Amino acid sequence: MQYGIFTVSDVTTDPTTGRTPDDTERVRNILTIAKHADEAGLDVFATGEHHNPPFVASSPTTMLGYLAGVTKNITLSTATTLITTNDPVRIAEEYAMLQVISDGRMDLMLGRGNTGPVYPWFGQDIRQGINLAIENYALVRRLWTEDVVDWQGKFRTPLQGFTSTPRPLDGVPPFVWHGSIRSPEIAEQAAYYGDGFLHNNIFWPMEHTKQMVAFYRQRFEHYGHGRADQAIVGLGGQVFVRKDSQKAWDEFRPYFDNAPVYGHGPSMEDFTRETPLTVGSPQQVIDRYAAFREDVGDYQRQLFLVDHAGLPLKTVLEQIDILAEEIVPVLRAEADKHRPEGVPSNPPSHADLVAKAQAAGEATGLHVVGEDRWTGRRAEDDAETAGVVTR
Amino acid sequence: MTATTPAGGTLDMVNRPGPHPLTRRSIVNQPEPANQDDARRVVLVSAGLSQPSSTRLLGDRLAEATVAALADQGVRATVETVELRDHAHAIMDAMLTGFASGDLAHVIEQVTHADALVLVTPLFTTTYSGLFKSFVDILDKDSLVGMPVLLGATGGTPRHSLALEYGLRPLFTYLRADVATTTVFAATDDWAEAGGSAGTLPERVRRAGRELARTVASRDARPSAAAGTAAPFSGTPSFEDMLGGLAG
Repeated sequence: MQYGIFTVSDVTTDPTTGRTPDDTERVRNILTIAKHADEAGLDVFATGEHHNPPFVASSPTTMLGYLAGVTKNITLSTATTLITTNDPVRIAEEYAMLQVISDGRMDLMLGRGNTGPVYPWFGQDIRQGINLAIENYALVRRLWTEDVVDWQGKFRTPLQGFTSTPRPLDGVPPFVWHGSIRSPEIAEQAAYYGDGFLHNNIFWPMEHTKQMVAFYRQRFEHYGHGRADQAIVGLGGQVFVRKDSQKAWDEFRPYFDNAPVYGHGPSMEDFTRETPLTVGSPQQVIDRYAAFREDVGDYQRQLFLVDHAGLPLKTVLEQIDILAEEIVPVLRAEADKHRPEGVPSNPPSHADLVAKAQAAGEATGLHVVGEDRWTGRRAEDDAETAGVVTR
Repeated sequence: MTATTPAGGTLDMVNRPGPHPLTRRSIVNQPEPANQDDARRVVLVSAGLSQPSSTRLLGDRLAEATVAALADQGVRATVETVELRDHAHAIMDAMLTGFASGDLAHVIEQVTHADALVLVTPLFTTTYSGLFKSFVDILDKDSLVGMPVLLGATGGTPRHSLALEYGLRPLFTYLRADVATTTVFAATDDWAEAGGSAGTLPERVRRAGRELARTVASRDARPSAAAGTAAPFSGTPSFEDMLGGLAG
């Protein structure tokens, strides 16, 4: 079972001090947070992708590429990569590059985004959100699994003889999750491919999450990828923890009351009851999150949002320490205790995917394309021609 | 849930003393009525704020007229009443968070799974109240498609009676509800039965109730909310269909 953190990268004024970090400071804080999570022993760091203030995380693979170099064990991921407004060719290229650079210590979670104007800014139509997710991902997969792609679709310039590089590490594409809060079509998509399904339910009641995950599991089995309880499920979460529960409530309340999204709305009492937000002692977080398996089944990835709403860096790092030292070990032991035979404890790692591909006779080992398979020309040919012309 | 059995069709409630039609009751705090056989469920949604509320009074009369007209056709019906005031805070929270929780989630289920809706609001500054519109705003935009709806409003003077036509009707037309031709506006003077070329208030209420009843009687009873949650995403297209739709 993986436990990690995700950031939405909001630049928010600290309501207790009135101080607002600038974009540079916030980006650097996120890097510090990710490195700290790695050192503390958390399993996953995931960054959001946004193209509008107050969010700063516009370029996930740049950030994660750097982190691949300065972290050791943590899996680098996204929450989420916009499958709707990014060029699928660039997604295939950038994440294959990240996969190679990180030596497979990554995966990605795809989402449609939640900011309407991002669609027109990137030349797309929000009403086509689902269709974009379906078509774009189908192309990403082909670009990863086929060396030379001829392709034509509804939303993008056609491709003739296109090869996406670098080819995926060991000939095995990265593991992909599909995230959606409201749209069963995306759960259907994840199930069809046997990919992971992320329900980032931080603002949603568990009743809704439960139905959506149950639908995904049932369709996963329908498409023949295994039993429903073997489907790969991830959840979002949000916690604020102090040894003393009342101190946690007092310290977090001004951040809650002024937070983006839910601030100035429901009371913290209501919101902690209705959503996974848990404010209190380590034991209270353990009790709450250990019980989620009763609603969604045994799942593989639990992410926590810990760095939003203007919380200062020092506090965020403390939260990561408490998670890693006092909460995650207990949650992991609980999860291991209950997990039935045959249900994976983790989402597939790169090594798992390579082993699976080899078993199926699909892995190509070290994959080197010596020549352009479309024109039949090698780089040397071009160099020789260039030399002749120059002479 | 306030379950009212057909009351013999009497509409002479204007002078009826006592708290009955004016009692605010949250439908979720009532025991579930056994929805025997195919009794139709008419849900009255009132956005009246005061207590007692003339808006609720108008809503009760419209609902009873509907039940009575259904009884005339041999169709049994019950009335469940939702007072939006009871859920005012939750409605605003749902606006801000994007999800409805607890009692309000239950109310939305009741409303969207009804056989017919009677929707009544006071008119504030020429149109529906903000509370009324906020409730409509948090409903899924497809959840009232085809829903038989009867609209009513109350106001101080008859000068605002057309607000039902220029304010409320377009809203429910947009949501593709099946809105009864007659809408009922009750100005303060109407409660004195002054009448006019459009008829007295009781006449208009009866006419509106008959129209809604005709629509309801022509359809099968809908499954209750509880029965409807068995397969929440059963309408989701298969992946092959979604991908195939793009290839064409």
